[in-house]
Amino acid sequence: MNIIEDENYKVVYEPDQQSVIFSGILRLGGMAEYAPIVECLEQAVAENTELTLSLKALEFLNSSGIAMLSKFVISARNKEDFELNIVGSSDITWQGKSLKNLQRLMPALSLNLE
Amino acid sequence: MSEIFGNYCEVTPEESAEHMCLSFKPSSVPIKQRWRNNGLSADFLGDYLTTFFPKNNNDPASIKKQASIRDAAAYIANELLENAMKYSNENGKIPNSIDLTLMEDKLIFTEINGINTAQENNFKSFITELENNDPDKLFMQRLEESAMTDSSSGLGYLTMINDYQAVLGWKFDDINGEHKVTTQVVISI
Repeated sequence: MNIIEDENYKVVYEPDQQSVIFSGILRLGGMAEYAPIVECLEQAVAENTELTLSLKALEFLNSSGIAMLSKFVISARNKEDFELNIVGSSDITWQGKSLKNLQRLMPALSLNLE
Repeated sequence: MSEIFGNYCEVTPEESAEHMCLSFKPSSVPIKQRWRNNGLSADFLGDYLTTFFPKNNNDPASIKKQASIRDAAAYIANELLENAMKYSNENGKIPNSIDLTLMEDKLIFTEINGINTAQENNFKSFITELENNDPDKLFMQRLEESAMTDSSSGLGYLTMINDYQAVLGWKFDDINGEHKVTTQVVISI
């Protein structure tokens, strides 16, 4: 298990579950500060053929974080026969507004807003 | 003489039902240390607004509306404050400020910061690109580019336009030899 966290957020990669779970509030200062999370996500893409990203408990994400998720989705799209599932919450405003853009980057992505 | 881009309109205080302004001195503490204040200020502005959109626990639509306005305000204010902090002229005298004005059918965010000449030119180039392109196409193009370049520059404005249906405008002024930019974001409520 790989955990990246600070007082506001937590990202957990669980290889056994083929999942990465985000929670809290992510407002890091630019793409450079997201690098450890990007590295964790790229590791998860490299090690699996199917992956679930759970954002249900990620209450806030700034635009640099949206760029980070886009980078990850593009990595997943570029890997042959890779299945990506994103699970979010329709109760969280940014998810209802912005997650659909990830599906436009990767039409095969399964997006489920619970 | 001001230079105007996009949909910028002057707001006179008497027109507004309610407004709140926060102001910061750009050079008082290092950016790293001040970064968390963006989130604190943005959340405060979002939470403050909830008073004007009371929720009724028996009415799910009112609960959703309150959360949606609070979260949209917090997202937009945070992006504006992050930009102001990244690009403001730390050696200048112009304070950073953000004003949130509540009108009958819209919210108006007005963010002001000083900016140096090189950044002002870059910013105007970005605004011109935004004005001359379909924002949706430009947004998807920037998302693709952000993966290659590790830059999220401009994405904040593009998410406001594409995901929050915001209308943006800018005013550039020169004040006592310093450049000042006013960014205005309007969303319907």
